[in-house]
Amino acid sequence: MQMPDPDQGVLARKARIVARLRAALPTDAVIDAPEELRVYECDALTAYRCPPLAALLPRTTEEVSAALRICWEEGVPVVPRGSGTSLAGGAMPTADSVILGVARMNAVLETDYENRFIRVQSGRTNLSVSGAVEAEGFFYAPDPSSQLACAIAGNIAMNSGGAHCLKYGVTTNNLLGVTLVRMDGTIVTLGGPWGEPAGLDLLGVVCGSEGQLGVVTEAWLRILPKPEGARPVLVGFDSNEVAGACVSDIIKAGILPVAIEFMDRPCIRATEAFAKAGYPDCEALLIIEVEGSEAEIAEQLARIKQIALAHDPVEFREAADEDQAKRIWLGRKSAFGAMGQINDYMCLDGTIPVSSLPHVLKRIGEMSRDFGLDVGNVFHAGDGNMHPLILFNANKPGDLEKCEAFGAEILKLCVEVGGCLTGEHGVGIEKRDLMSVQFAPQDMEAQMRVKDVFDPKWLLNPAKVFPLATSAARRAG
Amino acid sequence: MRPVTEAELAEAVAGARGPLLVRGGGTRTLGHAVGEVLETSGLTGVELYEPGALTLVVQAGTPVAEVDRVLAAERQRLAFEVPDLRGLLGREGVSTIGGVVAANASGPRRVQVGACRDACLGVRFVDGSGTVVKNGGRVMKNVTGYDLVKLLAGSRGVLGVLSEVSFKVQALPEAEATLVVEGLADEAGLSALRVALGSPFDVSGAARHSGRSLIRVEGMAGSVTYRLGQLTARLGGDVTTVEGDASAALWRELRDVVPLQGKPGDIWRIATLPTAAAEIVARLEGEAVWDWGGGLVWLRLDPGRGAEVAAAVAGRGHATLVKGQGGSVFPPEAVEVAALAAGIKAKFDPRGIFNPGMMG
Repeated sequence: MQMPDPDQGVLARKARIVARLRAALPTDAVIDAPEELRVYECDALTAYRCPPLAALLPRTTEEVSAALRICWEEGVPVVPRGSGTSLAGGAMPTADSVILGVARMNAVLETDYENRFIRVQSGRTNLSVSGAVEAEGFFYAPDPSSQLACAIAGNIAMNSGGAHCLKYGVTTNNLLGVTLVRMDGTIVTLGGPWGEPAGLDLLGVVCGSEGQLGVVTEAWLRILPKPEGARPVLVGFDSNEVAGACVSDIIKAGILPVAIEFMDRPCIRATEAFAKAGYPDCEALLIIEVEGSEAEIAEQLARIKQIALAHDPVEFREAADEDQAKRIWLGRKSAFGAMGQINDYMCLDGTIPVSSLPHVLKRIGEMSRDFGLDVGNVFHAGDGNMHPLILFNANKPGDLEKCEAFGAEILKLCVEVGGCLTGEHGVGIEKRDLMSVQFAPQDMEAQMRVKDVFDPKWLLNPAKVFPLATSAARRAG
Repeated sequence: MRPVTEAELAEAVAGARGPLLVRGGGTRTLGHAVGEVLETSGLTGVELYEPGALTLVVQAGTPVAEVDRVLAAERQRLAFEVPDLRGLLGREGVSTIGGVVAANASGPRRVQVGACRDACLGVRFVDGSGTVVKNGGRVMKNVTGYDLVKLLAGSRGVLGVLSEVSFKVQALPEAEATLVVEGLADEAGLSALRVALGSPFDVSGAARHSGRSLIRVEGMAGSVTYRLGQLTARLGGDVTTVEGDASAALWRELRDVVPLQGKPGDIWRIATLPTAAAEIVARLEGEAVWDWGGGLVWLRLDPGRGAEVAAAVAGRGHATLVKGQGGSVFPPEAVEVAALAAGIKAKFDPRGIFNPGMMG
């Protein structure tokens, strides 16, 4: 992975830069010892590593502002970091950059059940936002699978989704406002708990901008009353086409499950060997979850059953109790771990129109044979967000490169059928150089203009999102 | 000017010699912009419709009525309930889907499914230099690059002229019904809406006007009946149930702000916290229609009370004068926010030709 050459001037001034930061921040908020910086040399995309110049762990918006102001004056790039769970290298540092971590900013600032929002510091983890409102019967809807660890700051940066966004939407649909600190230290409030912009929807473009427009330090999030209950069913099919048609029919019928998950045969076999969830050995498997009271769940499942049976499934499995419901989810939730038992894997995140599903799965199978690498598919079928898991051996020379080439071909296919490179993980460094597959130069130019306004020196989260050549002139200043 | 293709639209913008007044059907235009009229109503037609994927791609000048008709044929709809403001604003004309997006026009169901911008999956637009730009796409989950779709939604044409929009659409529910709660004063009547919205019963509308609070549920027939029962048990006051077409009529009336149509005075649109809504109205003593559980207030007041309105909403929302003797006025923004907005406008429309003076 190519990264820009570090600014030698910044590297030479390291002592002075660190001294200025130490003078402005509490002693324990500035880290520059090489052994302590190892933690920050990568995020969850571990194939690439580079220690930063220093790492900062401020506790308040004012401290973030002071730190950014110094970095702005010194011309030091800043890489914002939530919990470092990005699979796309969204928090990958450069040698001349300072990591600005919000991990210590995890307070709940306000909960308001009547107006249905919570205001938190952005370092708070996704799951602990729900945890803070659970006792009153509320939850925060976006549920990325890393929700135990990932921070709201990173969720906002990547516009994170989750398994339940078919019904509840992704981060942008549940974000009401933010406190944002710009690279020059200016503190800006965008949106607010009333959730309606007064003018341009700047909040809408900040969400998903991968930390390149500012550092979000606080956020107003919508909270929702928890449903009375939820229950999954499992349906097995002997063809991907039929499973895809079943998904389409359920959606057309006007039933809105909270999740429709899809696994293909390689993935089913791997998870069975690993988790022994008792899944049928079939070509494609759907897990469909609905919510409501007992009677409402029964009403929806009866309709889903009627639709599914019309497609002649090899199995339709209902959950009689909580234990059986857990077993239905067990294999799906173990899928990534199961694939990881077999070998190293790369997880892709392209989205396709649901109607292209059979075609795309067939093509991925053909490519798998051509590249000589196995792939399992597990994904959110209701919204077309695929997660092909390509298996490779990191210790075998050339295997990672082959895997990346295979991944790139899959993502190009996603774009070709009308989809996109990434549905919920973000571009980061991982898909940066594929952006030109999806966007024409003028499309990227329009996006980069937004960054020109928020961060004119292009110091925030360098070398992400846009191909290096595309952003070169701007990064040069 | 009335281009009929995106290429003609781009040419018209590139060749413009002065300000352009960008509009679809002109049924919900606000502000004081002046310029040569650039209408998008010539750009019509459905580009793609996949009911099984809940996806619709449509040219920006397509009439809303046409979009509704196409979707209804497959028993689907735009989830965010497009308001028809012609009656309220005293306008003629045919509302276009591009105008709806440019205004982020969202109706009562916003409390359940989000605003217009939340249903927008992708856009194509012509920027101020006449360049065609695309952003987003036609799939429901897409975080590839910056989200200019949200930025363009609600931008009222000041950043670009929309040529095409993709939507996530929704299946029509099997049943709908509304609980009508009477006999409560405003404070208690609005509190009832918050109780409903804070319940697990998936309320799709919570509004109040003319002394009545309205709470809507939609879905499968058995589920609607169940939730009506649960909600009734939790609400005070005199509760009756209205079902089917009669229920739909109540929400059309609310959506289009019928109670305030054709009456004298200024019309304000206030976005605020639901818990502040009763107090704001009591303080200003106007005629109100509350939607979104109180988060949206349509308020009819005597002319010339702008300063009082601004003081009443300060720190807890914002107010737009949508109809007044001197035209309409957008709310002011904080200095740092206004600076960013001005910077974005200058980048997307460097000549400043789109709707100058429209927003702020």
